Amino acid sequence: MPYQLNINRKPRTVEAAADTPLLWVLRDTLDMKGTKYGCGVGMCGACTVLLDGKAVRSCLLPVAQATGSITTIEGLAEGEKLHPLQQAWVDLDVAQCGYCQGGQILSAAALLAEKPKPTDQDIATAMSGNLCRCATYNRIKAAIHQAAETKA
Amino acid sequence: MQIAEHIAQFDAEMQALIAEVHTMPEPAATTMGRRSFLKLAGLAGGGLALAFTLDTRPARAEGLAGERAGDGGGEPAGLNAFVRITPDNCVTLYSKGPEIGQGIKTAFGLILAEELEADWKTVMVDQAPINPKVYGNQGAGGSTSIPRAWDQLRQAGATARLMLVGAAAKQWNVPVGECCAADSVVTHTPSKRTLTYGALAKAAAEQPVPDATKVPLKKTSEYKLLGKRYTGVDNRKVVTGQPLFGIDVQMPGMLYANYVKCPAVGGKVKSANLEEIKKMPGVVDAFVLEGTNTPAEVMPGVAIIAKSTWEAFKAKDALKVEWDENTASKDSFTAIAAKAKELGPTMPSPPATNVGDVDAAFGSGAKVVEAAYDYAMVSHQQLEPQNSTAWWHDEKMEIWTPSQMADRGLSLVAKVLNMPEDKITIHQTRAGGGFGRRLANDYMCEVAMIATRVKAPVKLQWKREDDFAHDLFRAGGYHFLKGAVDAKGKLIAVQNHLVSFTGDGVRPVSGGARSNNSFPEDMAANVRYGVTLMPLQIPCGAWRAPTDNVQMFVAGSFLHELALAAGRDHVEFLQEWFARPLKTPEGPAKGVPVDVSRSYNATRAAGVLKLAAEKSGWGKKLPPGRGLGIAFACSYGGHVAEAVELSVDARKHVTVHKITVVADIGPIINMSGAENQAQGGAIDALSTAMG
Repeated sequence: MPYQLNINRKPRTVEAAADTPLLWVLRDTLDMKGTKYGCGVGMCGACTVLLDGKAVRSCLLPVAQATGSITTIEGLAEGEKLHPLQQAWVDLDVAQCGYCQGGQILSAAALLAEKPKPTDQDIATAMSGNLCRCATYNRIKAAIHQAAETKA
Repeated sequence: MQIAEHIAQFDAEMQALIAEVHTMPEPAATTMGRRSFLKLAGLAGGGLALAFTLDTRPARAEGLAGERAGDGGGEPAGLNAFVRITPDNCVTLYSKGPEIGQGIKTAFGLILAEELEADWKTVMVDQAPINPKVYGNQGAGGSTSIPRAWDQLRQAGATARLMLVGAAAKQWNVPVGECCAADSVVTHTPSKRTLTYGALAKAAAEQPVPDATKVPLKKTSEYKLLGKRYTGVDNRKVVTGQPLFGIDVQMPGMLYANYVKCPAVGGKVKSANLEEIKKMPGVVDAFVLEGTNTPAEVMPGVAIIAKSTWEAFKAKDALKVEWDENTASKDSFTAIAAKAKELGPTMPSPPATNVGDVDAAFGSGAKVVEAAYDYAMVSHQQLEPQNSTAWWHDEKMEIWTPSQMADRGLSLVAKVLNMPEDKITIHQTRAGGGFGRRLANDYMCEVAMIATRVKAPVKLQWKREDDFAHDLFRAGGYHFLKGAVDAKGKLIAVQNHLVSFTGDGVRPVSGGARSNNSFPEDMAANVRYGVTLMPLQIPCGAWRAPTDNVQMFVAGSFLHELALAAGRDHVEFLQEWFARPLKTPEGPAKGVPVDVSRSYNATRAAGVLKLAAEKSGWGKKLPPGRGLGIAFACSYGGHVAEAVELSVDARKHVTVHKITVVADIGPIINMSGAENQAQGGAIDALSTAMG
């Protein structure tokens, strides 16, 4: 059946079965490939999107329940101007393979919205659900601090 | 062929693969000649044209090399297979190898740009098409992408630069020697006239192609780009969620597949509820593939084709297969561990390596240490689950894949489909991690075989649990060690009985042989090494620095135990050990490909250990509860020393405070990338060691 979604500030209507996770609606139906499939069970964080500003795992969120304002990694920048987190990620060359980084950035965005000046411990706690198999954790932490400075 | 033979065959292939990476010659940049690279340009442009004629939405993923060729500026000039320049001054460099997170797309681009004298701020780096005849080795295995491509890429960049400078000199009617190139511009030094590379591109393509092996290359002191810090060339796309990876490939009318194999490796499909599955929402087809019964190719299973990934996954959950497990793996890790313990005390007779008189050394040694080390099978779990997209059309097969070794995949797909290689086109995409898992091309073979039965492009998507169940595991192993130091505390004898695995009853599994880097024959004046093999049907494969990733840990830890027994400072003990007489020549020598089995150099070893000791504060007074450990490893040409400062609390919880990494890996191309690898590698090692 059709569902009305609000993705990156735009209304979208999609046809999908009610139990289809938002992840696959984004990827297959809407051809938005920034949200990644990693585990399908909410354990790795690669599929993280923002739902009303909170980081959620889109692989576990049925499309029928995706009511609210959804932000994906494609919608974080304002036009050509990168979000401070995205800029910090580029500046510090955080990515190795890069597969998890969209999810990492969105989890970090939710953290900064709540705590504009996070401590190392705040970062460790908030980011613990986002795995990076290449282990870029040190640079992720540094980039979050840099973005927090930029925003201030 | 029996399944065990297939697995053994696959295993032998995996082992041959790393060796092959080190022995395959790289063609010089221009040996393919103009005809070849014009053909190549056609191939790259062909991908683009194909996509555009079918649909206004081109198949995307960086694997479509040449995707930018039509962006504007008229005809592109392919100066060679690595460099393309359009009249609008757009310089595109082609990275021949796969980007799996190790940073070679950036590093290869930098090497090309350095010799090309291209403006790094404006160059584009794209993925090259798979064409081993032109590019040579296009895989990334054995940790030697940079040293192996080093000369080839420098020659390619320099050759293109000479052609551009030659074209400018001709246009100005001045001697070539009066012209110089920098930042994608050629300048006539006396008159200060300038021409951009774009303006020269067409004329440069008409220039004679210099002999790549004779072009002058820059001295290290002349480098403008290499060795500094650069952000990855795809980073902006990564942080904005642009499609880059294999999983992101999208084609018009594309269908989605999952492939269900027997949970016990080697099982065959007896029956399946295919008719029920075909009636499920979104399911287009479901069918059995007998496959080739080889883990590196296509194991027997059920293919489900659906209109979306989710519908394919749901159908997989509803699929009921009755498996014939007669030929399937019955391996039990518990049974294996018990058997290894039983076999451990008995060194094979005669031992594979027997130098000096180990028994006499053990008899006369002041201190004799015995130890047993073991390590488990480990799964790779790169974050992007296995996938590939294939399109069977016009009697041709076209594949998009995040393989680490797509060139090898090309020949495997040809074999599996029994079709000539020139009917197969492979596009390599960025890969969400590799770690050795994607040296195998099973997912590529699977999708190729599936695609021959689907009248549309089809993307095969494994689930995460498929990746766990059907990995090619880092081989587990059991080491039974004995060593001795003399009255002066000097290492005099080492015995290592490795209990490992075999697929065919003869050869060790991939990663299951004794590492000659970790346990060299000249480890001590008296050494005895032997390997006992236990049968195993579960397939094993390369995992980050195969064999050394675990055996360096074993050897390094055991050396520390011996140093402790000798009552000596570990660093001093190791430095003495580095200075021992060596049986085999030290490597790697300049211009000689790294010998994977033996790349140790005592001077480099001593250097990294000394610096790691200094930087970590070795010997300093530590706060209560803290300890500092140090170790050395040499593998695949790299020499690394690491020191770890940690504490253990009352509940035995370990906190790592600081890791100092000193790596001598040759000239650094991108300092940021090198540091990233060192940091990630250290954390990955901790994770793997501690579970």
